[in-house]
Formats: sequence, C-alpha cells, structure tokens
Amino acid sequence: MTPRRDGGSRDSRGPVVRPYAVTSGRTKPSGAAIDMIAVVSAVRSASVTELDTGPESALGPEHFRVLEACRLPIAVADLAADLDLPIGVVRILIADLREHGLVNVRQPAMSGLADIAILKEVADALRKL
Amino acid sequence: MPYGNSDLLADRVRAPVAIKILIAGGFGVGKTTLVSAVSEVRPLRTEERLSEPSAFVDQIDGVEQKSTTTVAMDFGRISISEDLVVYLFGTPGQKRFWFMWDELAYGALGAVVLADTRRLADCFPSVDYFERRGMPFVVAVNCFDDARRYPIATMRTALNLTAEVPLLLCDARQRGSSRDVLVALVEHAVARLGHGRQFTSSR
Ligand SMILES: Nc1nc2c(ncn2[C@@H]2O[C@H](COP(=O)(O)OP(=O)(O)O)[C@@H](O)[C@H]2O)c(=O)[nH]1
Ligand SMILES: [Mg+2]
Repeated sequence: MTPRRDGGSRDSRGPVVRPYAVTSGRTKPSGAAIDMIAVVSAVRSASVTELDTGPESALGPEHFRVLEACRLPIAVADLAADLDLPIGVVRILIADLREHGLVNVRQPAMSGLADIAILKEVADALRKL
Repeated sequence: MPYGNSDLLADRVRAPVAIKILIAGGFGVGKTTLVSAVSEVRPLRTEERLSEPSAFVDQIDGVEQKSTTTVAMDFGRISISEDLVVYLFGTPGQKRFWFMWDELAYGALGAVVLADTRRLADCFPSVDYFERRGMPFVVAVNCFDDARRYPIATMRTALNLTAEVPLLLCDARQRGSSRDVLVALVEHAVARLGHGRQFTSSR
C-alpha cells in the first residue's frame, strides 16, 4: 500500500466553512499587523452599552463579544481560543475596534526579548515545571 | 499606555509580557505531543485559504467571499506568573502553511526543532529557516522506540549544525523531558544575548 500523501485526511482540516461571514467577507485586518500574542485591552471609556451595534453600524455583535472579552488585557491567541473564533477573524474584529478607538493593541516587544532578566525568570520558572 | 480597567494601577503593575516559542519539525515528529506534555493546550483554529477556485466562492456586493477551511493549530500556554505567559505554537510543516511562518516567527523568543533519526531530512527546512532568520533554536531528537540511536556528534554532523546550536535528546511524551528542551532553548537565547547578539527577526 502506498502511504497517503500530505494533505490527506490525517491532518485536521475541517469542513469548508465561511469563517469570514462575521467580517462581511473581509479577510485582512485594517491598519498595522496584529501578532498572535499581541496584548489587546479595551480602553476604559469603551462602554459596551453605548456601543451602536445596530444595522447601520460598522460594528456587530461579534465586535461586542471581543470587546467584552478584552476588558482585562489578553493575548490575541487566547482571545481566539476563548471565543472559539479562527485567529484571522479575531484579528479583523480587533482591528475594527482599534479603528474605533475602543481597544489598545500592544505588539510583542522585541525589546522584551532582549531583556535578560525576563528570560532568566522564564528559564527559572520552566525548570520548576 | 494604561490598560483597561487597571488604569489606576498601571504604574505599579508590570504590563503583561507574552513570550512566544515555536515548535517545528516534520509531520509525525512529536510537535503536538510536546505541546500537550508541557503546556495547557488551548483550541486554536486558523484559516486556510483554498488555492484553487471552488464552487464555494461567491461574490456579494463586490466583497469577495473567500472560501476557507479552518485547521487546528498546536497552541499551548504556560503561565509563569499573572503577568508573564509563555505561548507555544506548533509551526505547521506542510508547504501550504509556509506563509504563516514569518508571522509566527515575528517577535518569537526562539524555536524548538524536533527531529526523528529515521527521517532526519524532514527537519532540514526548519533548521534552514531559523538559521537564515538568525533566530535562536535548539534541535531536539525525539527518541522513538524503534529508532536507531546515534552519537550526538554524528547527528550534529548530519544536521550540519554550528557548534553553538544545542542538540539534545528528548522524549516528547514526558513532561520533564519536554520541559528540559524548553529550558535549553531559553538558556541558549540568554547566552546569545549575553554575547551581544541581537535578534534579527523583523518583518
Ligand atoms: N516513542 C515515542 N513516540 C512518540 C514520541 N513523541 C511522539 N510520539 C508519537 O508519535 C506520533 C506522532 O506525534 P505527534 O505529536 O502527533 O506529531 P506531530 O505531527 O509533529 O504533531 C504520536 O502517536 C505520538 O504518540 C516520543 O518521544 N517517543
Ligand atoms: Mg500534530
């Protein structure tokens, strides 16, 4: 028997779906790139009750869910896992919220990686795992 | 910049730090096993755009409705403290996912390249990639039960690794062993910084 080639059923490819339906078909976030581990936080003044999510609004219920989920700073990948949304969709929703001034997005700091103290803290903690 | 509800505390609380480590290597080498052994696995899906036009592509009001499938990614987190979290991402090895590598690599601390001596060549693209990028990485040879054991020096030669790249044996199924691989990577990254080497990962 010849082994199956890559791309067969042994990977976790799901059914064909339309994950971008909630982004009105857009597949690219607006503005600067948003990393998988960028930390997103709702700005304090972003009150969900004041948010217009009516039919005329650019923001929909999914934006609402994202905003609620990032009341406390949270990494993009955690947000996607929490909300069970594909990573690309979450990024588009975050970018929309950012355009409306409702969230801050902090990219992973290259300078953080240059911080030996933090790396040593990580190494010590991992050793204790 | 203040953060959300904790504005008042912003000056006293360290901004949360997220650290990214990539787990690379060929199909079946143990990436998923390692991530599960050492971290809290979280469900993460990414979109895979279908390259060939399909019956599912439609067009509404000029907005392209791209048809995609979603695929599960290896993703796990290790909470070190409330404001310091290490994230593990498996880098999907199949060619159709290579477009994701640059974005995954951006800002990453480094990478673990898993290797299997029965098909060593499967890890060459990963080694090439991280070498070219100047990103710290370690090679961990996953000890499958039926795989022949080779001396480290022999494997180092076969992989054509520079002397500074750590090469170690592991059993990805064992938490302790997988942890040791991560520790080796972080120590390697620290050592490189100590030598004044700058990260070159940039978009
Ligand atoms: N004997 C042995 N088997 C392993 C080891 N690591 C992974 N496996 C097995 O190899 C298979 C493929 O591993 P997996 O993590 O799915 O590989 P991936 O494709 O890189 O994610 C699974 O059945 C694992 O149980 C190891 O260190 N030793
Ligand atoms: Mg896997």
